[in-house]
Amino acid sequence: MLQPIVFFLICVVGFGYAGYKFSKLRRNVLLGKDEEIEKAPGQRFKNMMLVAFGQKKMFRRWIPAVLHGFIYVAFLFTQIELIEIIVDGFTNGHRTFATALGGLYTLILNSIEILSVLALIATIIFLWRRNMLSIPRFNKPEMEGWPHKDANIILYLEILLVMAILTMNGTDAVLQGIDPEHYPDTGTLAVSGWLGPLVFGGMQESTLALLERAGWWLHFLVVIAFLNYLPISKHLHIIFAFPMTYFARLTPKAEMENMPEIQKEVQSMMDPDATFDEADMSMELPEFGAQDITGLSWLDVLGGYACTQCGRCTDVCPANLTGKKLSPRKVMMDIRTRAEEIGTKLDSGDKQYIAEDKRESAKALTKDNFDDGKSLFDLISKEEIHACTTCQACVEACPININPLEPILKLRRHEILTQSAGPTDWLPMFTAIENGGAVWAMSDARDKWAEDA
Amino acid sequence: MSLTIPRMADLAMEGRVPDVLFWVGCAGSYDARAQKVTVAFCKILNEVGVDFAILGNDEACTGDPARRAGNEFVFQMMAAQNVEVLNGYQIKKIVATCPHCFNVLKNEYPALGGKYEVIHHSVFLQQLIDSGKLKIKGESPLGDKAASITYHDSCYIGRGNGIYEAPREVLNTLKADIQEMNRIKSNGLCCGAGGAQMFKEDEPGDKRINTERSEEAMATGANTIAVNCPFCLTMMSDGVKAAEKQDEVMVYDLAELIVQANRW
Repeated sequence: MLQPIVFFLICVVGFGYAGYKFSKLRRNVLLGKDEEIEKAPGQRFKNMMLVAFGQKKMFRRWIPAVLHGFIYVAFLFTQIELIEIIVDGFTNGHRTFATALGGLYTLILNSIEILSVLALIATIIFLWRRNMLSIPRFNKPEMEGWPHKDANIILYLEILLVMAILTMNGTDAVLQGIDPEHYPDTGTLAVSGWLGPLVFGGMQESTLALLERAGWWLHFLVVIAFLNYLPISKHLHIIFAFPMTYFARLTPKAEMENMPEIQKEVQSMMDPDATFDEADMSMELPEFGAQDITGLSWLDVLGGYACTQCGRCTDVCPANLTGKKLSPRKVMMDIRTRAEEIGTKLDSGDKQYIAEDKRESAKALTKDNFDDGKSLFDLISKEEIHACTTCQACVEACPININPLEPILKLRRHEILTQSAGPTDWLPMFTAIENGGAVWAMSDARDKWAEDA
Repeated sequence: MSLTIPRMADLAMEGRVPDVLFWVGCAGSYDARAQKVTVAFCKILNEVGVDFAILGNDEACTGDPARRAGNEFVFQMMAAQNVEVLNGYQIKKIVATCPHCFNVLKNEYPALGGKYEVIHHSVFLQQLIDSGKLKIKGESPLGDKAASITYHDSCYIGRGNGIYEAPREVLNTLKADIQEMNRIKSNGLCCGAGGAQMFKEDEPGDKRINTERSEEAMATGANTIAVNCPFCLTMMSDGVKAAEKQDEVMVYDLAELIVQANRW
């Protein structure tokens, strides 16, 4: 009776803590501003099924697409086995589904086995690729330290998981011959059918039973560990790719978001009949664009968390390709870093993070009175955002439809509109447009070319 | 042959709205090289007999580079002014030779009260060819020299608005050999001018973007780089010049190639 109790306790702690961590992620994503999501559930669902579930955009590069596909499909199929583990764990049963599903069980188990071996091969190739080959996108400055380690950790976990599955199934295959009453027939297994007897054949029944339990527990514990590791890992994409592809903007990539607050202001400025709104004038000067997570849309923050740091965006960025500092991937990674920082500080409840002018009156630290004197500009330099050509190659390249261009443009808006800063080269252009209606200051009439023609 | 380029203000006096308004843009109006594209496009409109007009001095910058640089105030001022002019003239359909103007007019003015049918000249030319109104003579667009053309996708027509085939179909009607670069269509590489980069110095790096792209274009062995954007035109021409290949490799807009092929 001990096993179901231990199992139950691990489930409560494992899933409970993961749930708590995911609720923090949700809170952090929602630090971003509300964005109106155009209602098109059909189109959105289709995008999610094609891009996230179907991995459509991965197939622009065949080799990584196929290898990644092995791991992904193996992951999906292994969920069936995980359900069985949970059922067995609670009921103290053994392979409950074997007797219930019969031939179908053999088919499922064989699929899992073959996919697991393919996933193992892919994992080893990925480890080799990431650590031994000098693939540029894996070796950019933003990948040094934790991101590099994170990528390897998940690959090691994957190897551990496959080992657990093969130990569990291999010993089971041998045990079925010794003690068919306790180990129901699973049918012949494609890998464990021969690998089991080869490795575990001739061992004592008690040793086999112990190894079988060890494999079973390891499988379960790796899954629980994985789930709790996700909130601090790039591998969160395995879940966040789905909301990301569902909620991603459907507008043409070249279309920039409107700023109704400025539109309104300009219209009232140009309209002599507009009533002078005193209430508006007495208000605190609004902040335009974004300098921090709270100025971005929640969709931009979701992008930061969904990013798996594959670097396909940076790989096609014309600025990055020509040696400029800008890397769209780094922008997304910085967004996550900053969102985490704000989240941790909010959790501390420390009143030193309340904006100075509100510190006296505020009861508690909230996202609305938060100010730690820092911003995204502490992580993302002006030089980076100035280098963007708005070519949308990063948006196009992202396998899960993250939009790195949107936050870059919001940072630019903040720099120009709120800080009244920006590259001095742009000033003559702004002045020329404002005063002469053309991007260059010209003395000729706009249609002089037509007179000359 | 002298060109007929009607002004919208004159048409409005007669109470007329043309079939299509030609949005010339700042580059098309003032940049010496882009002006040639403007004139070439007007020649085509005249030859085909399209009922069109330009705004002339009523036209102002769409505000695109200001908006991309982050200056929403300047953009909104230009947009309000332009929308008022266009709506005042009751414009229904606009053709633009600049992808940046095209994008703003098509995708960004509707939210500001400016709703028009907007078309880029590469698509407009393709439609004229498809309908049989624009006939292409079977002569080389490079005069007595055989032409081999590589097409550079502009970001705002390509990725930005998903138009990849129309410009290629236009080029396919020419007597020329077409050579594609490695990075094309949705994977096309920017010329380096977008996002208001045209108006500032590059950030520190080890190469200019237009050099990278021009090298790729020249590596195809084509003697002509076809573009559909005045800024790409500048950038690619500069890149070719930097490689001192300006005598061997020409950079032309689609409209110019048609005019040259037809000996207009």
